Amino acid sequence: MDNVIRVQTPGALLARGGIYAALIFMAVVYLAPLLVMLLTSVKTLEDIRAGNLLSLPREITFQPWLHAWSEACTGIRCEGIGGYVWNSVQIVVPAVVISTAIGALNGYALTKWRFKGQEWVFGMLLFGCFIPFQVILLPMAQTLGWLGLGSTTTGLVLVHVVYGIAFTTLFFRNYYVNVPDELIAAAKLDGAGFFRIFLRILLPVSTPIIVVTVIWQFTQVWNDFLFGVAYSSHETQPVTVALNNVVNSTTGVREYNVDMAAAMIAALPTLLVYVLAGKYFVRGLTAGSVKG
Amino acid sequence: MNYLLKRSVLTAAVVGALTMGQVQANNVEVLHWWTSGGEARAVGVLKDLMEERGHQWRDFAVAGGGGESAMTVLRSRAVAGNPPVAAQIKGPDIQEWGSLGFLGEINTVAKEVGWQALLPEVIIEAMQHDGDYVAVPVNVHRVNWFWANPEVLAAAGVDDMPTTWEAFFEAAEAIKEAGYIPLAHGGQPWQDATVFESMLLGIGGVDFYRQAMVELDQEALASDTMIEVLKNFKRLRDYMDPNAPGREWNAATQMVVNGQAAFQIMGDWAKGELTAAGLTAGEDFLCMGVPGTDHTFTYNVDSLAMFKVSGARAREAQLDLARLSMEPAFQEAFNLAKGSIPARMDLDMSRFDSCAVKSMADFKASADAGTLVPSMAHGMAVSSDAQGAIFDVVTNYFNSRRMTAEEAAERLARAVRAAG
Amino acid sequence: MNTRASVQPRAGHLFAPNSASRVRRNGAYWLQAWLPKLVLAPSVAAALFFVYGFMLWTFVLSLTNSRMLPSYEFVGFAQYARLLSNDRWLVASTNLVIFGALFIAICLAIGIVLAILLDQRIRHEGAIRTIYLYPMALSFIVTGVAWKWILNPGLGIQQVVRDWGWESFTFDWLVNPDMAVYTLVIAGVWQASGFVMALFLAGLRAVDDSIIKAAQLDGASLPRIYWRVVLPCLRPVLFSAVMILAHIAIKSFDLVVALTGGGPGYASDLPATFMYDFSFSRSQIGMGAASAMMMLAGVLAIIVPYLYSELRSRDRG
Repeated sequence: MDNVIRVQTPGALLARGGIYAALIFMAVVYLAPLLVMLLTSVKTLEDIRAGNLLSLPREITFQPWLHAWSEACTGIRCEGIGGYVWNSVQIVVPAVVISTAIGALNGYALTKWRFKGQEWVFGMLLFGCFIPFQVILLPMAQTLGWLGLGSTTTGLVLVHVVYGIAFTTLFFRNYYVNVPDELIAAAKLDGAGFFRIFLRILLPVSTPIIVVTVIWQFTQVWNDFLFGVAYSSHETQPVTVALNNVVNSTTGVREYNVDMAAAMIAALPTLLVYVLAGKYFVRGLTAGSVKG
Repeated sequence: MNYLLKRSVLTAAVVGALTMGQVQANNVEVLHWWTSGGEARAVGVLKDLMEERGHQWRDFAVAGGGGESAMTVLRSRAVAGNPPVAAQIKGPDIQEWGSLGFLGEINTVAKEVGWQALLPEVIIEAMQHDGDYVAVPVNVHRVNWFWANPEVLAAAGVDDMPTTWEAFFEAAEAIKEAGYIPLAHGGQPWQDATVFESMLLGIGGVDFYRQAMVELDQEALASDTMIEVLKNFKRLRDYMDPNAPGREWNAATQMVVNGQAAFQIMGDWAKGELTAAGLTAGEDFLCMGVPGTDHTFTYNVDSLAMFKVSGARAREAQLDLARLSMEPAFQEAFNLAKGSIPARMDLDMSRFDSCAVKSMADFKASADAGTLVPSMAHGMAVSSDAQGAIFDVVTNYFNSRRMTAEEAAERLARAVRAAG
Repeated sequence: MNTRASVQPRAGHLFAPNSASRVRRNGAYWLQAWLPKLVLAPSVAAALFFVYGFMLWTFVLSLTNSRMLPSYEFVGFAQYARLLSNDRWLVASTNLVIFGALFIAICLAIGIVLAILLDQRIRHEGAIRTIYLYPMALSFIVTGVAWKWILNPGLGIQQVVRDWGWESFTFDWLVNPDMAVYTLVIAGVWQASGFVMALFLAGLRAVDDSIIKAAQLDGASLPRIYWRVVLPCLRPVLFSAVMILAHIAIKSFDLVVALTGGGPGYASDLPATFMYDFSFSRSQIGMGAASAMMMLAGVLAIIVPYLYSELRSRDRG
């Protein structure tokens, strides 16, 4: 806030130092797990067995990263998790695009076209956020079987779209509520139709909320394990499943540095999205998604 | 000429499409959770054998929680109507899938190869449903192994491996005094149960084990013997380090490797971790049956169950899979990697280490003496719901500071009754 | 610095006068009236089938004795009776109350405080914000092992502090049955509080500056302004934050599996892990379904009244 009056008294300076100290302390706390992972992923196995969690590596090795990318075993195939990243992309991109588009249209229809029972429709869609995914595992498997989509990428995309709609609709609805109704009313008087108003008036101002929604959906779908493991076949397994196979072998020897490197690789796309689009994220939230 | 060329290209394309279709039908999708490096290489042997026969192996591996994730996936695939050709299922679960009508028989292969003569009686029973072979065994794990670091024992002045629980507690006291952790342990429910069942077998004996852990006899579960077992089980806590809860089994094995701890009770897969650290069986680490159980054998048999498939080609591939899984080449490679022993009893054990050789000898001896028992902790003895009920009580009692042994025995009986 | 959203649609001139015939207009009008409903229809249908249909199916299963796979042998409410007499279920539900309440409360508190601090014209705000936010990008499948190490007394914080020389320092919640559930709170807060911070920061940026100016002219102190003027403006943000946090808390599954595995014993079990365990690992789908219905009932009892009151008060406001 621009209008906070700033006085350069010793007290104010001290307070400011305190604020910075608190913020930096919290930043260290938030970073700690990532730091542990990063440190471990560049240590040798003997180094890991010898030192403690935060001890610096005696020698830095990138072998674990190479191993995780192209050699680690995810079952019989010991080709690393690199190939699975592409599988995930094939699931994530359509799922995010479709669910965002549907969410935008839903949000628009719910806010700019008054009809009876609107709040009920919204409430009903919203409740979908709260269904635990473990509950729908089997009925969904059966449904996919009926549709002939069992173990296909299409089926997985469908699942992610269906259970993503609740959140995407919520985001867009809350955003569009704040777009002045007068503009839409004027356009209606001019005879503009449903889609025309959407394309010409709402879509051009939607960039911030699209960014928020895309980040949210991308993260959700990319990180999904349960659906990915249950509804995929051996060619379509997403990277989380591969990661799980690398990290969770039950009766074998564990290579923690490779585990950590694999985890970092699997997490890189979402991390990257947050780092690159994080700015727009807060801006998008600011632009109204949080104001009901 | 041009016409001819076109024609032959067309023919090639059609033939190509047809063979593509055949390859499709010829795919063998196998669901399993053998994902660690050694295991994967071992399964790779089976894959190569299959591909020599012209079948295409489609690997479907899902690790995690001792196969829990894989079983969830299997259920979802079964419900969706496209189960894999074969899946890693074991023990009573084979019977459950069989009674649901999902499994296909492989009797012709079994007869042809003569499984009846190659496999021990208990395994034959486990692989059959309604008198039909529906699964093929790939290995036999021994669960009641007791691993020791001889250097730690020497440092603590313990001369002999304890063969009774009394001797164990004596040794443990000495080891603790000398500043080592007597028993390395990972406090996860299945590990708690592994130690518990081994102790129960050691203190209660084979008959009691069968009554309590296989037949789930209510009287046995609430008996004085059970209370005694539970009391001793709780005593073990004094000889573990306080940080055990949640620890992975292999981290516990590491404690034996690096000389922090003296003993560990764990199945023979722990050997992989020990040898990977460069230790030699019989010299750098010792193996023995858990105190009081050296003459018995708690088995855990991994197997591939065959699902019903449609189409002659797929069926052929499935039968080949069953046949090849019993091939000596695969059984040897697989078990060398897993630390277990082959399921077929006629193999040459010369490439195996001394612990595996002992395991094989003990298996045969206890099969003859009638002291071979299925492991409850590893899903060989009872259905998964009863197993879960036992896990809950055992792990809760072991971690509770308040529950008495009497109370735990009573709860055990009640929980098992409720699960049934 | 007024970063408040100003939505500036470019409209009006884009629409040429309509020259369609009267008949076409009527048809078009009819279509226009129905279009919003038509657009919503697929989503509503999907929700009816994939959410409510599956809930119904789960309810039906909870009345059967389904074991390994769904079956339809009805046993009335026997599964619910079994569930309620199961010690582990009681532990799991109690844990959800403890975990949910603490998780939501602490996330909100940290989120608000960090947002206010970060709103004081901080240098490198973008970088700090990203650091606070990034945990939300990672699943516990990725960070689980690291967390387990950090909280493990022999490897993590306790050991590191002891290595620094504070020999008696103890932080053993992970292995203490009475405290294990609180480690879930720690990791959960780590993951979600940065996101809540972003929500509140956005809310703060949207607060009308003139209100604050007026309060400052009245001579109110800064903390007082935040407490009395700014925070009340953030009520809608609070609503969104609570909804998102509640949904995370109820669905917490990976967190438990990665961190404690429900242990020691089953001391840190939550309903979601209980349900999964019984439905899939233990072949008791009937009982798993019953526990799922109990979870949903809990959600209904807490969320719906809140949702209702919020939506109503907003309509009135």
